[in-house]
Amino acid sequence: MRSIRRTMRRVQAMFSAERADAEMDRELAAHLLLLEDEMMRKGAAPDEARRLARIKLGGVEQVRTMHREERGIPLVESLAADARFGWRQLMKHKVTTAAAVLSLGLAMGSCVAAFRLVDALFLRPLPIANADRLYVLSRQVIDPRGAPHSSDLWAYPDFVRMRNAAGNDAELIAASYTDRYDLTYETDEQMEKAYVQYVSGWMFSSFGLRPSLGRLLTQEDDRTPGAHPYAVISYDYWSRRFGRDPKVIGRTFHLGEQVFEVVGVGPKGFTGIEPGTATEIFLPTMMHRWVTRDDASWHRTLALVRPGSAMEPLRAKLDAVSRGFETERSKTWTGMPPQQIAMILAAKVLMDPARAGVSTLQDDYRHAMAWLGVLVLLVLLIACSNVANLMTALSVSRMREMALRVSIGAGRLRLMQMVMVESALMGLMAAGLGTVFSWWAAPMVVRLISTASNPVRLAFITDARVWMMGLLLTLTIIVLFGLAPALRASALQPSMALRSGAQPQGTRRSMYALVSAQTAFCFLVLFLAGLFAVTFHRLSSQPLGFEPKGLLLLETDSPHGQTPEAWAQLGEQLRAMPGVTDVAESGWPLLSTGAWNGSISVNGGPPSMTLGYFLTVSPGWIGTMKMHLLEGRALAATDTFPGEAVVNERFVKDFFPGQNPLGKTFEKTGDGRQKCRVVGVVADTPYRYLRDETLPAAFVPFRQVDDKGIVQREWGGTFVVRTTVPDPMALAQELRRKVASAAAGFRVSNVETQQELIDNQTVRERLLAMLGAFFAGVALLLAAVGLYGVLHYSVMQREREIGVRIALGATAGHIAQIVSVRAFATVLVGAAVGLTLGLASERFVASLLYGIKGTEVSMVTLPGVVLLLTVALAAAPAVLRAIRIDPATMLRSE
Amino acid sequence: MAGREKAVKVGGEGVQLLQGTLDMIVLRTLEAMGPLHAYQIATRLEQISDKLLNLNQGTLYPALVRLEQYGWIRGEWGRTENNREAKFYAITRAGVKALAEEAARWRQMMGLVERLLNEEFQA
Repeated sequence: MRSIRRTMRRVQAMFSAERADAEMDRELAAHLLLLEDEMMRKGAAPDEARRLARIKLGGVEQVRTMHREERGIPLVESLAADARFGWRQLMKHKVTTAAAVLSLGLAMGSCVAAFRLVDALFLRPLPIANADRLYVLSRQVIDPRGAPHSSDLWAYPDFVRMRNAAGNDAELIAASYTDRYDLTYETDEQMEKAYVQYVSGWMFSSFGLRPSLGRLLTQEDDRTPGAHPYAVISYDYWSRRFGRDPKVIGRTFHLGEQVFEVVGVGPKGFTGIEPGTATEIFLPTMMHRWVTRDDASWHRTLALVRPGSAMEPLRAKLDAVSRGFETERSKTWTGMPPQQIAMILAAKVLMDPARAGVSTLQDDYRHAMAWLGVLVLLVLLIACSNVANLMTALSVSRMREMALRVSIGAGRLRLMQMVMVESALMGLMAAGLGTVFSWWAAPMVVRLISTASNPVRLAFITDARVWMMGLLLTLTIIVLFGLAPALRASALQPSMALRSGAQPQGTRRSMYALVSAQTAFCFLVLFLAGLFAVTFHRLSSQPLGFEPKGLLLLETDSPHGQTPEAWAQLGEQLRAMPGVTDVAESGWPLLSTGAWNGSISVNGGPPSMTLGYFLTVSPGWIGTMKMHLLEGRALAATDTFPGEAVVNERFVKDFFPGQNPLGKTFEKTGDGRQKCRVVGVVADTPYRYLRDETLPAAFVPFRQVDDKGIVQREWGGTFVVRTTVPDPMALAQELRRKVASAAAGFRVSNVETQQELIDNQTVRERLLAMLGAFFAGVALLLAAVGLYGVLHYSVMQREREIGVRIALGATAGHIAQIVSVRAFATVLVGAAVGLTLGLASERFVASLLYGIKGTEVSMVTLPGVVLLLTVALAAAPAVLRAIRIDPATMLRSE
Repeated sequence: MAGREKAVKVGGEGVQLLQGTLDMIVLRTLEAMGPLHAYQIATRLEQISDKLLNLNQGTLYPALVRLEQYGWIRGEWGRTENNREAKFYAITRAGVKALAEEAARWRQMMGLVERLLNEEFQA
């Protein structure tokens, strides 16, 4: 009771310290007077009486201190005093402080931003009841070269078998990739896009989710193919699209040929299982057109493992079932090389934890994020060593003050506390700046990796974890850069206050060591940034073999199928529109990641191991794309598939080496055998991914005939529109309307530019290149500031020595050498270490690179040259200062 | 900054006062003599201790602050007979109660120590 009361008083006292001090002074003064009176009564002279009174009282200062300590809470008060004093110190060196806070703030902000990205993409568990027990199934095959390839896509009939086999050990859930679809709540005129995912009906109950409105899908909604036209929408979509209108239940929308009824709204915060993509509409898997096909792999398989079930037996069971399914299926495969069949049948089922969900974004960015993290950490280390050097220089310049404090009785811990408080102040300011920066930076990175046709949606939730991480980071860096100067301050001897100029050699040595470390990290950052920049450059500027500028792509469906003639006719009508110069059709656009492949057999030989790509194109397509026809002719209106083909150079190189390919024939195998005669050769173009090595490709007529020679109707294709306008997208609406009005039975499902498709494939490289360049800039700047500071300090310390040397006739060149030789040596050591680190890391970063190796000479020399130039620039002011020292002034001042 | 020795050091050839002892002495003095200022308390202590407790008078102040914060004494500015300004401390009702408890505990302790010492001599 009494201690509570006293604590309260003590806390109060801290806030009225000034008044209490005044009161105490008054009391002490009165006391002294009374003592003096006593002394004078005893016969002392006034002066003597005053002296004796003071002795009797026992040191006014000590009494005051004791009083204060008793009155308030000493630790808090001394911390507050240190903070005030530290603040004044920092404000005395505004520029230095600002530089330190800015660099630390940037580095810390980058760290927190990187953490938030990693957290949102990889760490944060899905908002479901049992995320820890969620796994994702994939199959891994080892190709003949020994490289593993894995796929997480499954065929539904295979899934059904596995689900039955898993029985009580796990609940299996099918979920398609979330995709952007065109749908409409009104008429075809008002098409809109939404992110749609087909999921097992029992997913919601397995995840323990409750509807916000209406009901969720259930097991009953997922029994019969095509019989359950019900949809659940996400809370987020409900809010954005419908303004949380409860009347949304019962509304219908058209998706392709199907009409779905909205039956419920999902729980708040649940946007599917793919971090990076927010699912807006959930449909039952039974409504997917491929649900009955055993040759189409289209959905992921998730496993919710029952508590206590052993993983390995479960995995082995699923593995056996899946292998059995493939083996049965393989009996119908024709024209496939036996090695390939063996490879597929040897696939192994893997189960990986999926508590944070699964998405292709994770796969694409796992590696890249790790390297961004490395860059960020390196920059943080550079910033920390910078500030450590700064603090050291500051504390050395205050050595007399510190030594004075020691000699009048300041304890070592008290001095350490003082320096640490100053570091903490700086750290906290930097943390504040970093917080602001990270709040801006994390969403900025998301914008960088988003594209118009593929926006990334990541939820940045600021919870205790993010704050804890920030706090931990702040404490760590404060200790990192504050501890060394604090220890040094505490080791001071009082005698140092009296000596002047005596400089512990160790201080300078440790400063140079830090500069060396800084240089090493800086070199590494430059090296990596260079690799990323060159990768982006080579990838985005590689020859495409066609002209993407001005190309608009209209992905079009014809739900009942249309003849090639009808497609061509519609194409002609589009060509007549203003701004359009040329129109052709193809199965899908190049680089849209759509692909059709098959083995190739020449002269009835065995099917090839390498697969070739195929694409159906209309006669004018090669011209519209502005591809280079090297030999022969383009396709003609009368050509068919099977029948004629135009192939690329690689195809010729692989299958007709050293021969004239024109007139030669080959067969596409894998799905029957189709015979084609080569009528032309075009230059190589990337087909599916920019990064892929070029594969043999055959462009075959859009006009396809069956065994009986009957021309087939086409269900879907892409109009490739060559425009003359700078932004082809401006024509999108008009072309869409034209297609809708010109001919019944066609519907544009998606419009994009060819350039967008290309850009989509360089998003990650662009991100790495941009952030790499940013961090390289920051690292260089920091290293330069650090070196400048250390040189400046060392010249200041050696002013007298340099003055003497100049007086004795040393030349400017000689002085420059004396001042900078050590700095350059330090930098060289650092660069060598950085280079070693860089070359060692090259192996791990290789998968992110394209067309460049870390061992290329330019990749090593360039960072070195940039670094040396920066060093020279940073060293110049200190060298100039040294040369300009006037020995007369110097020596006089001593 | 001075050290934070908790025991109050008194005089040269010291009786070392245990913490809390000084508090009790001050309280007892105020209870017996009525309101006093710091100088008077110190003088009184010297008198009754036969100069054995020859303390720096300043050492009283932490005890006074402490006691005031406990609410056991209350200080008020007033004037001495010689018309000098001084802060007079008076014991409060809570202080009287606390002194009684403290004294009882002190006597208990003394008794215990006494017994222990006697036992040792017998052994």
